[in-house]
Amino acid sequence: MRLSRRRRARIVRAVQYLVLAAVACVAGLLADWPTIGHTFFDPALIRQTLVHGLGLALWHTVAYTVGAFVLGMVAGTLLALMRLSSIGPYRWLATAYIEFFRGLPALVVFIAFSLLPLAFPSLSIPFDPYGTVWLALGIVGSAYMAETIRAGIQAVPKGQIEAARSLGMTPAQTMRHVALPQAFRIMIPPLTNELIMLIKDSSLVFIVGLSASDFDLTKFGRASANANVNITPLVVAGLGYLAITLPLSILVRRMEARTARTR
Amino acid sequence: MTACSTQVVELRGVGKSFAGTPVLADIDFAVERSEVVCVIGPSGSGKSTLLRCINLLEQPDQGTVAVLDQELTDPDCDIDSARRRIGMVFQQFNLFPLHTALENCALAPRTVLGMNRREARERARAELDRVGLGDQIASYPAHLSGGQQQRVAIARALAMAPELMLFDEPTSALDPELVGDVLASIRQLAVAGMTLIIVTHEMAFAREIADRVIFMDGGRIVESGPPEAVIDAPRQSRTQTFLQRITDRAPSPG
Repeated sequence: MRLSRRRRARIVRAVQYLVLAAVACVAGLLADWPTIGHTFFDPALIRQTLVHGLGLALWHTVAYTVGAFVLGMVAGTLLALMRLSSIGPYRWLATAYIEFFRGLPALVVFIAFSLLPLAFPSLSIPFDPYGTVWLALGIVGSAYMAETIRAGIQAVPKGQIEAARSLGMTPAQTMRHVALPQAFRIMIPPLTNELIMLIKDSSLVFIVGLSASDFDLTKFGRASANANVNITPLVVAGLGYLAITLPLSILVRRMEARTARTR
Repeated sequence: MTACSTQVVELRGVGKSFAGTPVLADIDFAVERSEVVCVIGPSGSGKSTLLRCINLLEQPDQGTVAVLDQELTDPDCDIDSARRRIGMVFQQFNLFPLHTALENCALAPRTVLGMNRREARERARAELDRVGLGDQIASYPAHLSGGQQQRVAIARALAMAPELMLFDEPTSALDPELVGDVLASIRQLAVAGMTLIIVTHEMAFAREIADRVIFMDGGRIVESGPPEAVIDAPRQSRTQTFLQRITDRAPSPG
Protein backbone atom coordinates (compact mmCIF):
# COMPACT_ATOMS: atom_id res chain seq x y z
CA MET A 1 0.00 0.00 0.00
CA ARG A 2 1.32 3.47 -0.89
CA LEU A 3 0.88 6.18 1.68
CA SER A 4 0.65 9.82 0.79
CA ARG A 5 3.64 11.86 1.88
CA ARG A 6 1.64 13.77 4.46
CA ARG A 7 0.22 10.59 5.96
CA ARG A 8 3.69 9.05 6.18
CA ALA A 9 5.02 12.14 7.95
CA ARG A 10 2.20 11.91 10.47
CA ILE A 11 3.05 8.27 11.25
CA VAL A 12 6.73 9.10 11.68
CA ARG A 13 5.82 11.83 14.14
CA ALA A 14 3.58 9.46 16.12
CA VAL A 15 6.40 6.90 16.35
CA GLN A 16 8.80 9.60 17.63
CA TYR A 17 6.34 10.52 20.40
CA LEU A 18 5.91 6.83 21.29
CA VAL A 19 9.67 6.31 21.61
CA LEU A 20 9.91 9.36 23.88
CA ALA A 21 7.04 8.11 26.06
CA ALA A 22 8.58 4.63 26.28
CA VAL A 23 11.97 5.99 27.39
CA ALA A 24 10.27 8.17 29.99
CA CYS A 25 8.30 5.16 31.32
CA VAL A 26 11.36 2.95 31.57
CA ALA A 27 13.35 5.69 33.32
CA GLY A 28 10.45 6.35 35.67
CA LEU A 29 10.07 2.68 36.58
CA LEU A 30 13.76 1.79 36.87
CA ALA A 31 15.01 4.85 38.76
CA ASP A 32 15.20 4.79 42.52
CA TRP A 33 13.22 7.99 43.10
CA PRO A 34 13.39 8.16 46.90
CA THR A 35 17.19 7.85 46.86
CA ILE A 36 17.48 10.38 44.04
CA GLY A 37 15.20 12.78 45.88
CA HIS A 38 17.11 12.39 49.11
CA THR A 39 20.56 12.67 47.51
CA PHE A 40 19.93 15.59 45.18
CA PHE A 41 16.96 17.45 46.64
CA ASP A 42 17.00 16.96 50.42
CA PRO A 43 14.57 19.69 51.63
CA ALA A 44 16.26 20.16 54.99
CA LEU A 45 19.64 20.58 53.33
CA ILE A 46 18.22 22.93 50.72
CA ARG A 47 16.90 25.12 53.51
CA GLN A 48 20.17 24.95 55.41
CA THR A 49 22.21 25.82 52.31
CA LEU A 50 19.99 28.72 51.40
CA VAL A 51 20.20 30.20 54.88
CA HIS A 52 23.86 29.55 55.58
CA GLY A 53 26.27 30.92 53.07
CA LEU A 54 24.62 30.63 49.67
CA GLY A 55 24.03 34.39 49.44
CA LEU A 56 27.64 35.15 50.29
CA ALA A 57 28.93 32.56 47.82
CA LEU A 58 26.67 33.97 45.12
CA TRP A 59 27.99 37.45 45.87
CA HIS A 60 31.60 36.23 45.64
CA THR A 61 30.99 34.56 42.27
CA VAL A 62 29.46 37.80 40.99
CA ALA A 63 32.32 39.89 42.40
CA TYR A 64 35.02 37.63 40.93
CA THR A 65 33.30 37.66 37.54
CA VAL A 66 32.43 41.34 37.30
CA GLY A 67 35.95 42.45 38.21
CA ALA A 68 37.43 40.04 35.68
CA PHE A 69 34.97 41.19 33.02
CA VAL A 70 35.79 44.86 33.55
CA LEU A 71 39.51 44.09 33.44
CA GLY A 72 39.00 41.89 30.39
CA MET A 73 37.02 44.59 28.58
CA VAL A 74 39.64 47.26 29.20
CA ALA A 75 42.54 44.99 28.22
CA GLY A 76 40.51 43.48 25.38
CA THR A 77 39.69 46.90 23.89
CA LEU A 78 43.36 47.84 24.12
CA LEU A 79 44.40 44.56 22.47
CA ALA A 80 41.78 44.99 19.74
CA LEU A 81 43.06 48.50 18.97
CA MET A 82 46.60 47.10 18.92
CA ARG A 83 45.54 44.40 16.47
CA LEU A 84 44.08 47.07 14.20
CA SER A 85 47.11 49.33 14.58
CA SER A 86 49.13 50.37 11.57
CA ILE A 87 52.28 49.70 13.61
CA GLY A 88 53.49 46.15 13.01
CA PRO A 89 54.98 45.31 16.42
CA TYR A 90 51.73 46.29 18.18
CA ARG A 91 49.81 43.93 15.88
CA TRP A 92 52.28 41.11 16.45
CA LEU A 93 52.28 41.54 20.23
CA ALA A 94 48.49 41.56 20.41
CA THR A 95 48.18 38.57 18.08
CA ALA A 96 50.72 36.58 20.10
CA TYR A 97 48.94 37.40 23.38
CA ILE A 98 45.51 36.52 22.01
CA GLU A 99 46.58 33.25 20.39
CA PHE A 100 48.50 32.23 23.51
CA PHE A 101 45.81 32.83 26.11
CA ARG A 102 42.93 31.76 23.89
CA GLY A 103 44.61 28.42 23.31
CA LEU A 104 45.38 27.81 26.97
CA PRO A 105 42.82 26.20 29.31
CA ALA A 106 41.75 28.68 32.00
CA LEU A 107 42.68 25.95 34.49
CA VAL A 108 46.35 26.19 33.46
CA VAL A 109 46.37 29.95 33.98
CA PHE A 110 44.85 29.51 37.43
CA ILE A 111 47.42 26.87 38.36
CA ALA A 112 50.17 29.21 37.20
CA PHE A 113 48.76 31.97 39.41
CA SER A 114 48.53 29.58 42.35
CA LEU A 115 52.24 28.84 41.93
CA LEU A 116 53.29 32.50 41.62
CA PRO A 117 53.78 32.97 45.39
CA LEU A 118 56.15 29.99 45.37
CA ALA A 119 58.27 31.53 42.65
CA PHE A 120 58.11 35.10 43.97
CA PRO A 121 57.64 34.95 47.74
CA SER A 122 57.80 38.74 48.01
CA LEU A 123 55.11 39.25 45.37
CA SER A 124 51.79 40.45 46.66
CA ILE A 125 48.79 41.07 44.43
CA PRO A 126 46.50 43.78 45.83
CA PHE A 127 42.95 42.97 47.00
CA ASP A 128 43.81 39.30 47.48
CA PRO A 129 42.14 36.95 46.75
CA TYR A 130 40.06 39.18 44.48
CA GLY A 131 43.12 40.65 42.76
CA THR A 132 44.49 37.22 41.86
CA VAL A 133 41.15 35.97 40.56
CA TRP A 134 40.49 39.15 38.58
CA LEU A 135 43.94 38.99 37.02
CA ALA A 136 43.81 35.29 36.13
CA LEU A 137 40.24 35.42 34.75
CA GLY A 138 40.78 38.83 33.19
CA ILE A 139 43.87 37.64 31.30
CA VAL A 140 41.97 34.71 29.83
CA GLY A 141 38.82 36.76 29.17
CA SER A 142 40.66 39.64 27.51
CA ALA A 143 42.04 37.31 24.83
CA TYR A 144 38.53 36.27 23.83
CA MET A 145 37.05 39.73 24.18
CA ALA A 146 39.82 41.30 22.09
CA GLU A 147 38.78 39.19 19.11
CA THR A 148 35.10 40.00 19.63
CA ILE A 149 35.85 43.71 19.91
CA ARG A 150 38.11 43.67 16.85
CA ALA A 151 35.43 41.94 14.79
CA GLY A 152 32.88 44.45 16.06
CA ILE A 153 35.02 47.44 15.09
CA GLN A 154 35.66 45.96 11.66
CA ALA A 155 31.94 45.39 11.16
CA VAL A 156 31.28 49.14 11.34
CA PRO A 157 30.70 50.22 7.72
CA LYS A 158 33.56 52.13 6.11
CA GLY A 159 31.15 54.93 5.15
CA GLN A 160 30.67 55.72 8.85
CA ILE A 161 34.38 56.30 9.31
CA GLU A 162 34.55 58.38 6.14
CA ALA A 163 31.58 60.50 7.23
CA ALA A 164 33.18 61.19 10.59
CA ARG A 165 36.60 61.96 9.11
CA SER A 166 35.15 64.25 6.47
CA LEU A 167 33.51 66.26 9.26
CA GLY A 168 37.00 66.89 10.61
CA MET A 169 37.03 64.32 13.41
CA THR A 170 40.45 62.94 14.25
CA PRO A 171 40.96 59.16 14.09
CA ALA A 172 40.64 59.03 17.89
CA GLN A 173 37.40 61.05 17.93
CA THR A 174 36.03 58.90 15.13
CA MET A 175 36.82 55.76 17.11
CA ARG A 176 35.30 57.12 20.30
CA HIS A 177 32.16 58.83 19.03
CA VAL A 178 31.28 56.84 15.91
CA ALA A 179 33.02 53.47 15.56
CA LEU A 180 33.13 52.10 19.13
CA PRO A 181 29.48 52.83 20.07
CA GLN A 182 28.31 50.99 16.95
CA ALA A 183 30.85 48.24 17.44
CA PHE A 184 29.63 47.62 21.00
CA ARG A 185 26.05 47.21 19.78
CA ILE A 186 27.25 44.56 17.36
CA MET A 187 29.25 42.93 20.15
CA ILE A 188 26.46 42.62 22.74
CA PRO A 189 25.52 39.00 21.95
CA PRO A 190 29.07 37.59 21.74
CA LEU A 191 30.17 39.60 24.79
CA THR A 192 27.26 38.13 26.73
CA ASN A 193 28.54 34.70 25.83
CA GLU A 194 31.96 35.65 27.12
CA LEU A 195 30.50 37.02 30.34
CA ILE A 196 28.64 33.77 30.90
CA MET A 197 31.81 31.82 30.20
CA LEU A 198 33.63 33.97 32.78
CA ILE A 199 30.89 33.32 35.34
CA LYS A 200 31.42 29.61 34.88
CA ASP A 201 35.22 29.85 34.75
CA SER A 202 35.15 31.77 38.04
CA SER A 203 34.54 28.33 39.61
CA LEU A 204 38.25 27.70 39.03
CA VAL A 205 39.17 30.07 41.86
CA PHE A 206 39.48 27.12 44.21
CA ILE A 207 42.83 26.46 42.53
CA VAL A 208 44.39 29.59 44.00
CA GLY A 209 43.33 28.52 47.46
CA LEU A 210 40.57 30.35 49.29
CA SER A 211 39.65 30.69 52.92
CA ALA A 212 36.06 29.71 53.70
CA SER A 213 35.01 33.36 53.92
CA ASP A 214 35.92 33.85 50.24
CA PHE A 215 34.25 30.75 48.78
CA ASP A 216 32.48 31.10 45.45
CA LEU A 217 29.38 29.11 44.52
CA THR A 218 31.16 25.94 43.37
CA LYS A 219 33.63 25.76 46.23
CA PHE A 220 30.86 26.49 48.73
CA GLY A 221 28.56 23.85 47.26
CA ARG A 222 31.32 21.29 47.11
CA ALA A 223 32.49 21.91 50.69
CA SER A 224 28.96 21.68 51.99
CA ALA A 225 28.24 18.56 49.90
CA ASN A 226 31.37 16.89 51.29
CA ALA A 227 30.51 17.82 54.85
CA ASN A 228 26.96 16.45 54.58
CA VAL A 229 27.79 13.49 52.31
CA ASN A 230 24.94 14.63 50.11
CA ILE A 231 24.83 16.23 46.66
CA THR A 232 21.99 18.62 47.45
CA PRO A 233 24.21 21.67 48.30
CA LEU A 234 25.96 21.31 44.93
CA VAL A 235 22.58 21.28 43.20
CA VAL A 236 21.64 24.46 45.03
CA ALA A 237 24.97 26.02 44.03
CA GLY A 238 24.29 25.01 40.43
CA LEU A 239 20.90 26.70 40.58
CA GLY A 240 22.77 29.73 41.94
CA TYR A 241 24.63 29.97 38.61
CA LEU A 242 21.35 29.81 36.71
CA ALA A 243 20.00 32.54 39.00
CA ILE A 244 22.75 34.76 37.55
CA THR A 245 22.83 33.65 33.93
CA LEU A 246 19.10 33.40 33.17
CA PRO A 247 18.21 36.98 34.21
CA LEU A 248 21.34 38.12 32.36
CA SER A 249 20.17 36.43 29.16
CA ILE A 250 16.74 38.01 29.48
CA LEU A 251 18.22 41.45 30.15
CA VAL A 252 20.50 41.23 27.12
CA ARG A 253 17.67 40.05 24.91
CA ARG A 254 15.66 43.10 26.03
CA MET A 255 18.62 45.37 25.28
CA GLU A 256 18.96 43.89 21.81
CA ALA A 257 15.27 44.37 21.15
CA ARG A 258 15.56 47.99 22.25
CA THR A 259 18.55 48.76 20.05
CA ALA A 260 16.85 47.01 17.15
CA ARG A 261 14.38 49.88 17.17
CA THR A 262 17.04 52.44 16.18
CA ARG A 263 17.92 50.37 13.15
CA MET B 1 46.94 82.92 3.17
CA THR B 2 45.68 85.55 0.78
CA ALA B 3 42.25 86.84 1.64
CA CYS B 4 41.56 88.10 -1.85
CA SER B 5 42.14 84.74 -3.54
CA THR B 6 39.03 83.56 -5.31
CA GLN B 7 40.39 80.08 -6.01
CA VAL B 8 38.77 77.60 -3.61
CA VAL B 9 40.02 74.33 -5.08
CA GLU B 10 43.08 73.72 -7.17
CA LEU B 11 44.24 70.29 -8.35
CA ARG B 12 47.48 70.06 -10.30
CA GLY B 13 48.60 66.95 -12.11
CA VAL B 14 46.58 64.66 -9.83
CA GLY B 15 46.88 60.94 -10.57
CA LYS B 16 45.53 57.96 -8.67
CA SER B 17 45.63 54.20 -9.23
CA PHE B 18 43.83 51.40 -7.43
CA ALA B 19 45.86 48.17 -7.41
CA GLY B 20 47.76 49.22 -10.51
CA THR B 21 44.68 50.36 -12.44
CA PRO B 22 44.78 54.09 -13.12
CA VAL B 23 41.54 55.86 -12.13
CA LEU B 24 42.70 59.44 -12.40
CA ALA B 25 45.37 60.63 -14.79
CA ASP B 26 47.02 64.03 -14.73
CA ILE B 27 43.98 66.02 -13.61
CA ASP B 28 44.18 69.81 -13.54
CA PHE B 29 41.07 71.28 -12.04
CA ALA B 30 40.24 74.55 -10.32
CA VAL B 31 37.08 75.94 -8.78
CA GLU B 32 36.38 79.59 -7.98
CA ARG B 33 34.58 80.86 -4.93
CA SER B 34 30.76 80.56 -5.26
CA GLU B 35 31.13 78.53 -8.40
CA VAL B 36 28.82 75.53 -8.89
CA VAL B 37 30.53 72.72 -10.80
CA CYS B 38 28.76 69.54 -11.84
CA VAL B 39 30.85 66.51 -12.72
CA ILE B 40 29.25 64.04 -15.10
CA GLY B 41 30.49 60.93 -16.85
CA PRO B 42 30.00 57.18 -17.12
CA SER B 43 30.50 55.00 -14.04
CA GLY B 44 34.14 54.15 -13.49
CA SER B 45 35.23 57.38 -15.14
CA GLY B 46 36.85 58.61 -11.93
CA LYS B 47 34.27 61.26 -10.94
CA SER B 48 33.87 60.04 -7.37
CA THR B 49 37.60 59.51 -6.95
CA LEU B 50 38.21 63.06 -8.15
CA LEU B 51 35.73 64.35 -5.57
CA ARG B 52 37.24 62.21 -2.80
CA CYS B 53 40.71 63.52 -3.64
CA ILE B 54 39.52 67.07 -2.88
CA ASN B 55 39.11 66.31 0.85
CA LEU B 56 41.77 63.64 0.75
CA LEU B 57 39.45 60.72 1.54
CA GLU B 58 41.58 59.32 -1.29
CA GLN B 59 45.25 60.16 -1.20
CA PRO B 60 46.43 61.03 -4.73
CA ASP B 61 49.50 59.16 -5.96
CA GLN B 62 50.71 62.16 -7.93
CA GLY B 63 50.10 65.87 -8.03
CA THR B 64 48.95 68.40 -5.49
CA VAL B 65 45.57 69.29 -4.02
CA ALA B 66 45.06 72.76 -2.59
CA VAL B 67 41.81 73.82 -0.95
CA LEU B 68 41.19 77.29 0.45
CA ASP B 69 44.85 78.21 0.05
CA GLN B 70 46.05 75.21 1.98
CA GLU B 71 47.98 72.45 0.29
CA LEU B 72 46.34 69.28 1.59
CA THR B 73 48.84 66.95 -0.07
CA ASP B 74 51.61 68.56 1.95
CA PRO B 75 52.57 65.91 4.54
CA ASP B 76 52.67 68.62 7.23
CA CYS B 77 49.11 69.74 6.53
CA ASP B 78 46.62 69.21 9.38
CA ILE B 79 44.03 67.38 7.32
CA ASP B 80 41.48 67.20 10.16
CA SER B 81 41.29 70.95 10.56
CA ALA B 82 41.25 71.41 6.77
CA ARG B 83 38.26 69.07 6.45
CA ARG B 84 36.18 71.21 8.82
CA ARG B 85 35.92 73.73 5.99
CA ILE B 86 34.97 71.11 3.36
CA GLY B 87 31.50 69.61 3.68
CA MET B 88 30.88 66.23 2.11
CA VAL B 89 27.63 64.45 1.26
CA PHE B 90 27.72 60.79 0.27
CA GLN B 91 25.62 58.69 -2.05
CA GLN B 92 24.67 56.35 0.81
CA PHE B 93 24.07 59.24 3.30
CA ASN B 94 26.29 57.59 5.96
CA LEU B 95 24.29 59.04 8.83
CA PHE B 96 25.26 57.85 12.31
CA PRO B 97 22.56 55.26 13.05
CA LEU B 98 22.67 55.49 16.85
CA HIS B 99 22.11 59.26 16.85
CA THR B 100 18.94 61.21 16.17
CA ALA B 101 18.84 63.68 13.29
CA LEU B 102 19.67 66.48 15.73
CA GLU B 103 22.56 64.56 17.31
CA ASN B 104 23.91 63.67 13.88
CA CYS B 105 24.20 67.39 13.15
CA ALA B 106 25.42 68.39 16.62
CA LEU B 107 28.12 65.73 17.07
CA ALA B 108 30.90 67.28 15.01
CA PRO B 109 30.26 70.89 16.13
CA ARG B 110 30.58 69.60 19.69
CA THR B 111 33.57 67.29 19.31
CA VAL B 112 35.49 69.08 16.55
CA LEU B 113 34.59 72.75 17.05
CA GLY B 114 34.39 72.41 20.83
CA MET B 115 30.93 73.97 21.09
CA ASN B 116 28.98 73.30 24.25
CA ARG B 117 25.95 71.07 24.03
CA ARG B 118 23.39 73.86 23.82
CA GLU B 119 25.25 75.84 21.15
CA ALA B 120 25.77 72.71 19.05
CA ARG B 121 22.11 71.78 19.29
CA GLU B 122 21.00 75.26 18.31
CA ARG B 123 23.29 75.17 15.30
CA ALA B 124 22.04 71.68 14.38
CA ARG B 125 18.42 72.69 14.71
CA ALA B 126 18.95 75.74 12.50
CA GLU B 127 20.53 73.62 9.77
CA LEU B 128 17.75 71.02 9.96
CA ASP B 129 15.23 73.83 9.63
CA ARG B 130 17.11 75.06 6.59
CA VAL B 131 16.68 71.70 4.82
CA GLY B 132 13.03 71.53 5.88
CA LEU B 133 13.38 68.88 8.60
CA GLY B 134 12.77 71.00 11.68
CA ASP B 135 9.98 68.60 12.64
CA GLN B 136 12.18 65.48 12.46
CA ILE B 137 14.95 66.44 14.91
CA ALA B 138 14.23 63.53 17.26
CA SER B 139 13.98 60.86 14.55
CA TYR B 140 16.59 58.18 14.09
CA PRO B 141 17.95 57.73 10.55
CA ALA B 142 16.25 54.34 10.24
CA HIS B 143 12.87 56.04 10.63
CA LEU B 144 13.49 58.61 7.90
CA SER B 145 12.98 58.21 4.18
CA GLY B 146 16.04 58.21 1.94
CA GLY B 147 15.34 61.76 0.88
CA GLN B 148 15.02 62.91 4.48
CA GLN B 149 18.20 61.06 5.43
CA GLN B 150 20.11 62.77 2.66
CA ARG B 151 18.83 66.16 3.78
CA VAL B 152 19.95 65.38 7.35
CA ALA B 153 23.34 64.52 5.86
CA ILE B 154 23.40 67.90 4.13
CA ALA B 155 22.45 69.63 7.38
CA ARG B 156 25.14 67.67 9.21
CA ALA B 157 27.77 68.94 6.77
CA LEU B 158 26.41 72.49 6.91
CA ALA B 159 26.53 72.52 10.71
CA MET B 160 30.31 72.76 10.42
CA ALA B 161 29.85 76.01 8.46
CA PRO B 162 31.97 74.79 5.55
CA GLU B 163 33.20 77.07 2.79
CA LEU B 164 32.90 74.38 0.15
CA MET B 165 30.53 71.45 -0.27
CA LEU B 166 31.21 68.22 -2.11
CA PHE B 167 28.29 66.04 -3.24
CA ASP B 168 28.99 62.48 -4.36
CA GLU B 169 25.95 61.37 -6.37
CA PRO B 170 23.60 62.69 -3.69
CA THR B 171 20.42 61.43 -5.35
CA SER B 172 21.59 58.15 -6.90
CA ALA B 173 20.39 56.01 -3.99
CA LEU B 174 16.97 57.65 -3.80
CA ASP B 175 13.57 56.67 -5.11
CA PRO B 176 12.69 59.02 -7.97
CA GLU B 177 9.92 60.78 -6.06
CA LEU B 178 12.32 61.71 -3.25
CA VAL B 179 14.96 63.30 -5.47
CA GLY B 180 13.22 66.68 -5.71
CA ASP B 181 13.52 67.67 -2.04
CA VAL B 182 17.23 66.89 -1.96
CA LEU B 183 17.88 68.84 -5.15
CA ALA B 184 15.88 71.75 -3.69
CA SER B 185 18.18 71.81 -0.65
CA ILE B 186 21.24 71.85 -2.89
CA ARG B 187 19.72 74.55 -5.09
CA GLN B 188 19.21 76.67 -1.97
CA LEU B 189 22.93 76.44 -1.22
CA ALA B 190 23.84 77.45 -4.75
CA VAL B 191 21.56 80.47 -4.54
CA ALA B 192 23.15 81.43 -1.21
CA GLY B 193 26.53 81.56 -2.93
CA MET B 194 28.13 78.38 -1.52
CA THR B 195 30.89 76.82 -3.58
CA LEU B 196 29.59 73.43 -4.75
CA ILE B 197 31.12 70.49 -6.56
CA ILE B 198 28.46 67.93 -7.44
CA VAL B 199 28.97 64.52 -9.01
CA THR B 200 25.59 63.73 -10.50
CA HIS B 201 23.58 61.89 -13.13
CA GLU B 202 20.74 64.42 -12.99
CA MET B 203 21.32 66.20 -16.30
CA ALA B 204 18.35 68.54 -15.99
CA PHE B 205 19.53 69.60 -12.56
CA ALA B 206 23.10 70.08 -13.77
CA ARG B 207 21.91 72.19 -16.68
CA GLU B 208 19.84 74.34 -14.36
CA ILE B 209 22.24 74.84 -11.48
CA ALA B 210 25.80 74.54 -12.79
CA ASP B 211 28.04 77.39 -13.74
CA ARG B 212 30.29 74.82 -15.30
CA VAL B 213 29.92 71.16 -16.25
CA ILE B 214 32.84 68.76 -16.44
CA PHE B 215 32.60 65.56 -18.41
CA MET B 216 35.00 62.82 -17.30
CA ASP B 217 35.89 59.58 -19.00
CA GLY B 218 38.74 57.14 -18.43
CA GLY B 219 40.12 59.13 -15.50
CA ARG B 220 40.50 62.34 -17.50
CA ILE B 221 38.54 65.53 -17.89
CA VAL B 222 37.35 65.27 -21.47
CA GLU B 223 35.26 68.39 -21.74
CA SER B 224 34.57 71.37 -19.54
CA GLY B 225 32.42 74.45 -19.98
CA PRO B 226 29.07 76.04 -19.29
CA PRO B 227 26.16 73.56 -19.25
CA GLU B 228 24.63 74.83 -22.46
CA ALA B 229 27.92 73.98 -24.19
CA VAL B 230 28.80 70.64 -22.55
CA ILE B 231 25.31 69.19 -22.16
CA ASP B 232 23.45 70.75 -25.11
CA ALA B 233 26.22 71.06 -27.66
CA PRO B 234 29.09 68.75 -26.72
CA ARG B 235 32.12 68.91 -28.97
CA GLN B 236 33.82 65.66 -27.97
CA SER B 237 32.47 62.44 -29.43
CA ARG B 238 32.78 60.65 -26.05
CA THR B 239 30.60 63.29 -24.41
CA GLN B 240 28.08 62.98 -27.23
CA THR B 241 27.95 59.19 -26.89
CA PHE B 242 27.51 59.40 -23.12
CA LEU B 243 24.75 61.98 -23.24
CA GLN B 244 23.00 60.10 -26.02
CA ARG B 245 23.10 56.91 -23.97
CA ILE B 246 21.61 58.42 -20.83
CA THR B 247 18.91 60.38 -22.66
CA ASP B 248 17.95 57.37 -24.79
CA ARG B 249 17.61 54.93 -21.92
CA ALA B 250 13.94 55.64 -21.09
CA PRO B 251 11.54 54.33 -23.73
CA SER B 252 11.60 50.58 -24.20
CA PRO B 253 9.36 48.97 -26.81
CA GLY B 254 6.02 47.71 -25.53
